[in-house]
Amino acid sequence: MRKEQILATKNVGKFFYNPIQFEVLKDISFEVSKGEFLTIIGKSGSGKSTLLYCLSTMDTDYSGELYIDNELVSGKSKNQLAKIRNKSIGFVFQFHYLLPEFTCLKNVMIPALKLGKYTYQEIEESAYQKLKILGIQDQALKNASKLSGGQQQRVAIARALINDPAIIMGDEPTGNLDSKNTAIVFDIFKQLAQEYGQSIIAVTHDTDFAKASDRTVEMMDGKIIKDQNNIKL
Amino acid sequence: MRSNVNNSIALTHLVSNKRQTFIASLGVTVGIALYIFSNSIVVGVNSFTTANMFKTIPHLRIHKEDKLSAPIRKETKAHAYLISNPKITTLDKTINNPYGLAEKVRQFPFVLNVAPQVDVDLFYVSGVTQINGMASGISVVEADAMFKIQETMLTGNIQQLSTDLNGIIIGRGVAEKLNLRLGDNISILSALGVNKILQVIGVFATDNKAVDDTKSYINIKTAQQLIKKEPNSITDINVQLANPDSSAFYAAQLQPVTDYMVEDWKVAHADQLAQSKLMGTMTPMIAYSILLVAAFGIYNIINMIISQKMNDIAILQATGFNSRNILQIFLVESLVMGIIGTFLGVLIGGALVSIAKGIYVGPPVGYFPIDYDRSIFISAIFFGLFVSLFAGYFPARKAAKMDPVDIFRD
Repeated sequence: MRKEQILATKNVGKFFYNPIQFEVLKDISFEVSKGEFLTIIGKSGSGKSTLLYCLSTMDTDYSGELYIDNELVSGKSKNQLAKIRNKSIGFVFQFHYLLPEFTCLKNVMIPALKLGKYTYQEIEESAYQKLKILGIQDQALKNASKLSGGQQQRVAIARALINDPAIIMGDEPTGNLDSKNTAIVFDIFKQLAQEYGQSIIAVTHDTDFAKASDRTVEMMDGKIIKDQNNIKL
Repeated sequence: MRSNVNNSIALTHLVSNKRQTFIASLGVTVGIALYIFSNSIVVGVNSFTTANMFKTIPHLRIHKEDKLSAPIRKETKAHAYLISNPKITTLDKTINNPYGLAEKVRQFPFVLNVAPQVDVDLFYVSGVTQINGMASGISVVEADAMFKIQETMLTGNIQQLSTDLNGIIIGRGVAEKLNLRLGDNISILSALGVNKILQVIGVFATDNKAVDDTKSYINIKTAQQLIKKEPNSITDINVQLANPDSSAFYAAQLQPVTDYMVEDWKVAHADQLAQSKLMGTMTPMIAYSILLVAAFGIYNIINMIISQKMNDIAILQATGFNSRNILQIFLVESLVMGIIGTFLGVLIGGALVSIAKGIYVGPPVGYFPIDYDRSIFISAIFFGLFVSLFAGYFPARKAAKMDPVDIFRD
């Protein structure tokens, strides 16, 4: 059975011009299906993070085409892209990047308040629910800066989930976590992909993490050198 | 809903950095307070000097202007003759039908008072001493209502002049120089050669030496005799306006009623006006410079907040906030600082004015010349908010233009 496609690139290329002209991405074409847990690995400088930022729509300075949910997003205005990110993409970063002055609950709620689809009460309720899924609902009213690294990362994941995005992107989402917390985050991702049909695209250094995911793309010198399915039939 | 998120983020930033917010606001507070205080001084001093000036000068004066003789021209086929010997041809300065004109002027809604007057150039004579001076023949009720003469009287009562044709009220300087007291007689000689002996029934002091040393008030009928004119001859009609600041406008409105010259005080006393204008420009300049410094304070603090919050801005952009939202967040922050600062500034400025109002600086000024003026407070609020928004705009725009990828990659 062919799975439904959620994200696709066609011949994506990118140059860095500073300090010298350097081709960081070369002719990248691949597809991601709904509910797929994809990891991107590669050495430092292989272009994997750069690729992720192109996929995230934050970096618009590339050649080629990017489709999200079968819609061409390359060339759209910054405001349109911001809307797409708000609705369809959730982010998890290595360094948590929570807003330190806000409570965990408010941190989770902000993207949904921005989307403005539900009332404040509905959003609050669903934020509680997301925190519950991640097992940190008891920390909800604490200031984000008061939490441990693992807890912060889980709040960040809850925030990424709040608008039920089709795609969740992670840049080294476990890079800063110990093995116990890494396992928790991994299980959450797995669960999201399997139970909720959300696609995960995560850049990682962690080969164990990558091997356990559904599919691993390996990059070197701006090219995909290996694209392997990890699911044993 | 959408703007609520931006505002609530902005407010959270402000509340969680109370000290920073307060210090930035304080810059505006100082600027606004000084702006209010210095402008209030300008208003106070101006109203003091004009009030002082209007003790002797009317807002508008209707009088007959001197005319020059026209040259005689005669043209023949071959030549044109021009005989010119410019001379003042106005021999009689009295106004035709003065009370009719006064009545017409009084009908205008912007006119508070109309007072006919006869001015006489004369000498005060005491033995061999002669002092050059000027007497105003007044009709007491109107003139007192207009110039508040009674308030300047050291001794005597102005009302006495309305019935006493032989009475004279002299300036303090005249009284001192001729050693005159209440009840003494004074000999006066008008420019037209009429000699009269009048009795001093009052002494006034306006604290304007030029006036106190020369001027006196006499009954209008006495003045008519001194210029050798029949009763009801009037040389000047003085007009008091509800709003003397727009005197030129009202003068233009009155001019069509009469052929005589309607002269407003701003033309007649342009020197005084220039002085108060200069002060009105200089003092607010100082306040503007202080506001400018306050603006830099806000600029710096918003700049600082933004560089501290690079990561936050990037994550907001990643989660779907566009550049307009980011701009709004930081503009709201600087506006709130501006509102707090302006509010405190208005309070402190108002308090300073009320304290200064109570300071007694002694005669002739009396209490410190400072005055509340609603327009100053309104413009202070406007400037405070505008300056804060303006100062916040540049760093906010920088934040809005920031590329989140640059921050995540570092």
